[in-house]
Amino acid sequence: MRRALARAAHVALAVLRVGLAESFAYRAELLLWVLATTMPLVMIALFDAAARDAPLGGYDRARFATYFLVTLVVRHATSSWVAWQLGRDIRQGTLSLRLLRPVHPLLAYVAESVTSVPLRLVVAAPVVLLGAWLTDPAPLTSDPRALALVPLALAQSLALSVVIALLVGSTSFFWESGVKAMDVVLLVFMLTSGYLVPLELFPAPARQVLDALPFRYQLALPVELLVGVHDADPAHAAALCGRQTLFLSGLGGALVVVWRRGVRRFEAYGG
Amino acid sequence: MTRVARALRIVAVQARASLLVALQYRADFALDAVLEIASTATALVPLWIVFGHRPGLSGATPELALAVAGTFAVVQGLAEGAITPSLASVVEHVRSGTLDFVLLRPADAQVLLSASRVQPFRLVNVLTGSVLVGVALHRAGHAPTLGEALAAASCLLAGIVIVYAITLFAVTASFFAVRVDNLAYLVGAVLDAGRWPSRVFRGAVRFAFTFVFPLAVMTSFPAEALLGSLAPASVPVAVALAATFAVASRLAFVGALRRYASASS
Repeated sequence: MRRALARAAHVALAVLRVGLAESFAYRAELLLWVLATTMPLVMIALFDAAARDAPLGGYDRARFATYFLVTLVVRHATSSWVAWQLGRDIRQGTLSLRLLRPVHPLLAYVAESVTSVPLRLVVAAPVVLLGAWLTDPAPLTSDPRALALVPLALAQSLALSVVIALLVGSTSFFWESGVKAMDVVLLVFMLTSGYLVPLELFPAPARQVLDALPFRYQLALPVELLVGVHDADPAHAAALCGRQTLFLSGLGGALVVVWRRGVRRFEAYGG
Repeated sequence: MTRVARALRIVAVQARASLLVALQYRADFALDAVLEIASTATALVPLWIVFGHRPGLSGATPELALAVAGTFAVVQGLAEGAITPSLASVVEHVRSGTLDFVLLRPADAQVLLSASRVQPFRLVNVLTGSVLVGVALHRAGHAPTLGEALAAASCLLAGIVIVYAITLFAVTASFFAVRVDNLAYLVGAVLDAGRWPSRVFRGAVRFAFTFVFPLAVMTSFPAEALLGSLAPASVPVAVALAATFAVASRLAFVGALRRYASASS
């Protein structure tokens, strides 16, 4: 048992090291990807103009700036592009190589997603600092209860993103144009995760729908905690984190089932 | 004149050929088209939220904002449907060495490369955008005069020329640094700022978006022209900017080609 654990830890470390090395190998490409994530900055411009004379639904100009700058950071810290990688591996058959390795492919994909985060944050830092210098944002929350929940919310956000990306990528097992599934999910994500508009600004009935979808737990929850949206109601914040855990375990279970069926199908084609 | 006519004929033939290739996969095409139409929501939902709380947006009426969002969809559709895919293929040519085959052909390389690939489903955005502009005009109760329509058309054309020139600059960069295939995303990301009326931006950013990276010319100028609120002096500015961008990008491309060492040497 102890030897098995030691081996697992050894493998996990090796996989993480490989992932980190890979993300460094394509650093220029990574730079372009990071620089191409400008949407939150574009949103600052819109809402800054909207809140120029009076606050909009509890957000003044400084708070909008904070919200979207934090959104930019959290997006870089918790997004995963593994859906495209997995889709490509399935379509081109390179998944066979991964299946041959003595490491579970899902573990390798997770490692690749997680290890690209630190470098992404380093590259994004100047963009965020420039944004902060241009916009004069409000300070982050100082509420200890909200801050205590942030690490959990961030970790679960990243895990949720990776699981959703792998689930979406797995559609390529069953559908030739599986890459399109990612486009659909990305579109819904943009509209319902708080990426384009703080969720508080949506009308109340719409917000109930947004709370029932997984995407707000992928991005908005840690952002809101950091910006201080939930300072007044820590019980609600904890409940949201609980729902995040539920989504994570439910979708994680679904991933395992879909993956098993998908791999069986993949192997049946002589992959 | 015959040279221009010949170039246009080549572009037309190539566009037709690449359109036929792209239309082979009909189910994909239909799905992509639906997705493109739905993606217009990313521009409309924020506006809907803002104007749900506010009657105006730093001098921009809801109608102007809607018209700008519509023009943005038109420009984005043309850019991503006809301009960036072709030029992205240049990057592939450079990497795999097949650019030599293009350069050997008896026609101008830029002409041959400029319409080599189209993504017709993106062009659906041109329709969606036109509908949005139509709705905006209807809601504003404004029928553009012939002069206003001409001004809008000139600004739109100028904007498209500028997008083309910027993409050509990006392609020129690929001769020197090969791994820039996602430069198209970068161009698209900066274009994104054109979805709001230029009045939203202030100070240095507004100046940059008018002259350095002229997003205002592409989306705000045509929309304002149609709604009759564009300053008349803006049209010659737009045309002059477009001409400058076109000439500069052509010079950069030709200069880079002269230095291009090809894959075989």
